[in-house]
Amino acid sequence: MFWRMLRSALLRQTSRRMMIICTVALGACVATSMLSVMFDVGDKVNQELKAYGANIIVRPQGAAVVQDIYDFEEDPAQQVHLDEADLPAIKTIFWTYNIIDFNPELTAQAEVNTGNVSTRSKILGTWFNKHLALPDGSEVTTGLVNLRGWWTIEGTWPDDNDPSQAVVGAAFARDNHLSIGDQLTISANGKSLPLTVTGIVTSGGEEDSQVLAQIDSVQELIGHPDAVGEVEVSALTTPDNDLARKAAKNPKSLTIQEKETWYCTAYVSSIAYQIEEVIPGSTARAVRQVSESAGTILEKTQLLMVLVTILSMAGAALAIANLVTANVMERAQQIGLMKAVGARDGAVAGLLLTEIGVIGSLGGVIGWVAGLGLAQVIGQIVFSSFIAINPAVTGIVAALVLLVVLAGSIPALRFLLRLRPAEVLHGR
Amino acid sequence: MNDALLELSKVSKIYGDLHALDEVDLTVGRGEWVSIVGPSGSGKTTMMNIIGCMDHPTSGTVVLDNRDISEFSSFDLTQVRRETIGLIFQQFHLIPHLTAIENVMVSQYYHSMPDEQEARNALERVGLGDRATHLPRQLSGGEQQRVCVARALINSPKIVLADEPTGNLDANNEHIVLDIFGELHDEGTTLIVVTHDATVAAKAQREIRLDHGKVVEEIIHNDAPQVSSVLKEEK
Repeated sequence: MFWRMLRSALLRQTSRRMMIICTVALGACVATSMLSVMFDVGDKVNQELKAYGANIIVRPQGAAVVQDIYDFEEDPAQQVHLDEADLPAIKTIFWTYNIIDFNPELTAQAEVNTGNVSTRSKILGTWFNKHLALPDGSEVTTGLVNLRGWWTIEGTWPDDNDPSQAVVGAAFARDNHLSIGDQLTISANGKSLPLTVTGIVTSGGEEDSQVLAQIDSVQELIGHPDAVGEVEVSALTTPDNDLARKAAKNPKSLTIQEKETWYCTAYVSSIAYQIEEVIPGSTARAVRQVSESAGTILEKTQLLMVLVTILSMAGAALAIANLVTANVMERAQQIGLMKAVGARDGAVAGLLLTEIGVIGSLGGVIGWVAGLGLAQVIGQIVFSSFIAINPAVTGIVAALVLLVVLAGSIPALRFLLRLRPAEVLHGR
Repeated sequence: MNDALLELSKVSKIYGDLHALDEVDLTVGRGEWVSIVGPSGSGKTTMMNIIGCMDHPTSGTVVLDNRDISEFSSFDLTQVRRETIGLIFQQFHLIPHLTAIENVMVSQYYHSMPDEQEARNALERVGLGDRATHLPRQLSGGEQQRVCVARALINSPKIVLADEPTGNLDANNEHIVLDIFGELHDEGTTLIVVTHDATVAAKAQREIRLDHGKVVEEIIHNDAPQVSSVLKEEK
């Protein structure tokens, strides 16, 4: 009889239940979309920010700090280098799949002879599109082209298998009247290397005044085979929290449990730490500007979404409270009648809660489906990509809907429990 | 065992300065048909609520079926209502989204166990066997009141309390309902009917007139069927 009464109430009074279903659906829709975006926004923001360059710089130990304070770059005797042969190991760390790109850089001052003019300039040796065979048997292509995606090039990037190819910065090409296909010679330490210009790049930075050659050429020029000045790494990272900040200051200050958590989370500091482990004699440091921007943007975005979720569910709870209370007051005589014929408070409250629970669940499912759709719309508009469906969102939204429906039913339950049949059955 | 089913002794119900019932004494015997009449505000409904275990008296004692229910908790009063009382209302109070038979079964459900065949028999008894699956809005006022009567009878109560049972009915339906009451009375069911209608009141064996919360008159209708009537001494 309980289910018969419930079914009749639900099926024969649909219009009265629609407002409650719509309210729950609206709250669940906003919660689902906001939570879905919130859980996925970390990767999205990281990917957006990765377009603006590396977030980890790996330098030779000892040189890292001193090199920044004192400008040694002109003095080859003061230079300390990493070994190029060690670099593929970067893709073997625990967070290998979070390493998007990396490329080595080696700079040298050289005389650049363009045929008509001879000028002294900085030569940047790097990988452009380097194909690497990794120790685990897999292969990867990485280098400057991927890492500086916002650079524009007129012509083509050099072929990494041809060390005689190079590109020049737009300002350098303009000052030296160079165009694509022109020849130039770079000379230093009594060595000269002929290069062919395959492209002219516009970076918006100091590279516009430089010659960008294969790293092999610069190594040969300075007489240090396999030497690497520094490595830029672009990695997908988790925004820093208190643990990450503590670890970044001093990893040794962590407890064993904290270290385990930190090591197994893709904080920029833990990835840097793991890179140091695989590159002998290296110091890896986060580029704070990038990593902190990511963290700050992410924290604020997520906070905003949590607030929107809380407000939407609180609004839904208030609306449900009004609707359910109004509904129960409207049915006061029915409830009074049930009590008059022998129903106990618990039985009537159970019937009402089950009814509201079924309606809330229906609204929740509708809202959940709509919310997943809304999340995709937000993903397309804001990030131009789809938002991943996180199973945790389903659980959280289900719990929120249950909580909101229960909270919204409290005023109605109080009214129901206080209702005395004698007061509502003899109205004339 | 006392032959009286209901005994009210100096029952008062006071709201602030208002004495809705003022030291009322009343005894109703098993199988008796009593009507309670009086002007609006005379205390009829208050008396019905107290007898129907839906309200407590401010003072005095109410003995129903040999149990003093005056101090019963709401929990215990609900149990007494389930087991002992059948209620009929002027406004029917059928649950609008349940069919006629389901409205009858609600009373069974909260009493013990729903039995659809038994509920159908109850509807047939009030002449509504063919209207069992109709919703209240598909029934006339008289038919709705008969469903209400079937609901009151389904658990075989010892006492049926009817509050203006014919107040919203036309003459024909009033006649049908009174005939059903007559049958119930013949079967030994105790009936207490609150009414404004002199015709309805005259059908009872005894007519109690209330005014300002007091019993001011008691009339024995000799032409009405006499069963076991236990009268208290007139004050």
